[in-house]
Amino acid sequence: MSTTAPATAGQRNRWLTTSAWRALFRDRPLIPLLALLVLLVILYELVRPGVVGPGWAATIVRTAVPLAILAGCQTLTMLTGGIDLSVGAVASMTGFVVATLVGPLGLPAAMLVALLAAAAAGLVTGIGVGVFRVHPLIMTLGMALVVLGLANVWQLQMVQTGSGVPTELRFLGAGLFERVVPHNLIVFVPLALLILVGLRRTGYGRLLYAVGDNPVAARLAGVRSWQVLIALYIISALLAGIAGFLLSGATNTASVTLADSLVLPSVAAAVIGGTSIMGGRGGYGGTIAGALILTVAVALLQSLGFREADRLILFGSIIVLVAAAYARVTSDS
Amino acid sequence: MTTLGETVQMRGRPAEAALSWVRSSGWILGLLVFLALLFVFTLFIQPTYGVRGIQGLAISVLPLALAAVGQAIVVISGGIDLSIGSMMALTSVVAARFMAEQPDLSLVVVLAVLLLGLLLGLINGVLVVTTRVPDIVVTLAMLFVWSGFALVVLPTPGGSAAPWLRDLFRGEFLNEWIPRALVALLVVVGVIWLPIRRSRLGLSLYAVGSNSLAAYRSGVSIRQTKVLAYTLTGLFAALAGLTLTASTGIGTPVPGPYTLLSVAAVVLGGVSLAGGRGGVLGPIIGVIILSQLRTIMTFMRLDPNLAVVAQGAILIGVVMAGSLMALRRMRQ
Repeated sequence: MSTTAPATAGQRNRWLTTSAWRALFRDRPLIPLLALLVLLVILYELVRPGVVGPGWAATIVRTAVPLAILAGCQTLTMLTGGIDLSVGAVASMTGFVVATLVGPLGLPAAMLVALLAAAAAGLVTGIGVGVFRVHPLIMTLGMALVVLGLANVWQLQMVQTGSGVPTELRFLGAGLFERVVPHNLIVFVPLALLILVGLRRTGYGRLLYAVGDNPVAARLAGVRSWQVLIALYIISALLAGIAGFLLSGATNTASVTLADSLVLPSVAAAVIGGTSIMGGRGGYGGTIAGALILTVAVALLQSLGFREADRLILFGSIIVLVAAAYARVTSDS
Repeated sequence: MTTLGETVQMRGRPAEAALSWVRSSGWILGLLVFLALLFVFTLFIQPTYGVRGIQGLAISVLPLALAAVGQAIVVISGGIDLSIGSMMALTSVVAARFMAEQPDLSLVVVLAVLLLGLLLGLINGVLVVTTRVPDIVVTLAMLFVWSGFALVVLPTPGGSAAPWLRDLFRGEFLNEWIPRALVALLVVVGVIWLPIRRSRLGLSLYAVGSNSLAAYRSGVSIRQTKVLAYTLTGLFAALAGLTLTASTGIGTPVPGPYTLLSVAAVVLGGVSLAGGRGGVLGPIIGVIILSQLRTIMTFMRLDPNLAVVAQGAILIGVVMAGSLMALRRMRQ
């Protein structure tokens, strides 16, 4: 980078190295994130020569998609200064409900019922956060308990009828087209485009940033933030529900705790992607990169023979380090 | 409201003091009344509930009560610690493993575990202060880290607790109606928290929690106070982990639901999540209420899954009621 710079600009050069790097991280977080992703892939190739290829990439993407959708829930809620820790319970619930209802109702009706249940949970969360001003962390933790408990009750009701993940969902969640293109991209690409364009180009997307960046200013500008928040948590629950369909299809299991282990990684993916938990800053592009980075990192650690324990430690440390780097880079203005 | 204030002023000082005490700790009084009603209801549906029930309640409540006290301290200072459950798991497995390996040095192990708790909390606090990352993110990440270390120390549940440690919390104290676990809880909290509450540090904790800018301008070191708050929380997490090992007899590396329940108890106990408001007595009563609700549901042969639903609903309901009251106060 600096080799081609003119020799007269020694001082200018130093300015470039500090401030320009900061600007790069602050304004174009996707570039360093993609660089990190490429670096991890190269590392993987060095550790396991010959494995990296189209087939490997397909399995990585297939694993990353449900995580990326759940991280989308976190991105949207974090933009308003919130967080949604109920995504795990909601995603598990929808997968489970479809698996138990597909027999008597058929797939479309079963999915509709599951999504309606998810939307109901999101509505209650949204009312709590938007109208009653309950802290989103508490509200969604409580909602996670309620959804998990109700799903368990449902499970006991359904013991006799039995359950099975419908083949259509298995096709969507686990299938690979020509062994290189995961079928779940059929769901994910439109969804991701919707979120990306929605955040950038629609009034509602800008309202999310406005409410998170400065709630008082947003209120004075005439934003009814409670309406924004109720809609937001319903959207988040629906996204989690869709992720639950893909997840149950990918793993061919219907369990009421299926997606629980993805809750914290989904927060991590959004944080790594540059979305601030304080609200008002971030976007979905970085989050997708964050989900891919996490998935590759986990695969790398697994292939290196790290145990679950070491992975947990490294995982947590990475989150703190990345979040700290972002805080450093963006706080000097 | 104003007429009440005027009548109070006309009366003598004792009445005034009593009234203001009632008003300031009205939440705790309400909790106590609710708890008493719960006990009456328990006796109503299960007439044999008595000494044994109280003893069991005290032992089962002890780890969560200590965790809730730790959570309350950090919440009062304006933070939150989501890693408390995994700190408990880590300290608990360290205690269980080394007490099983070195039965003669169990007292040393206990002291070392308490030091470990202080260290874990210190690391949490230093990370929160130096990285300038929100508390939620840092402690969420440390939740991973500490539970990873717990799995390193003890991959599967095992170890044992020293007999004297187990006996410390079992049985009764003086009177059969006073469980030892309850006395231990009150002694531990009294010895650690009360002196701090009275000291400069205690005042700083509340000051930083209620308005950190005002506290800073009054000469309180925010960074130091926050680090100390997290360190204290680590100590209480270690105490909770020790009592967990003592009551179950083994160490389990997978964190229990303690983080979530400690937050629930803190909110139920009248500590504002915005910081600067509340104490540690409310959360302790909150823990007892949550546990007793569970007992009642078991006696009523309710589906235990509905008990989980009820816990979530109570958590949400209490916070909603609390924020409604806060909104009203703001309008007045």
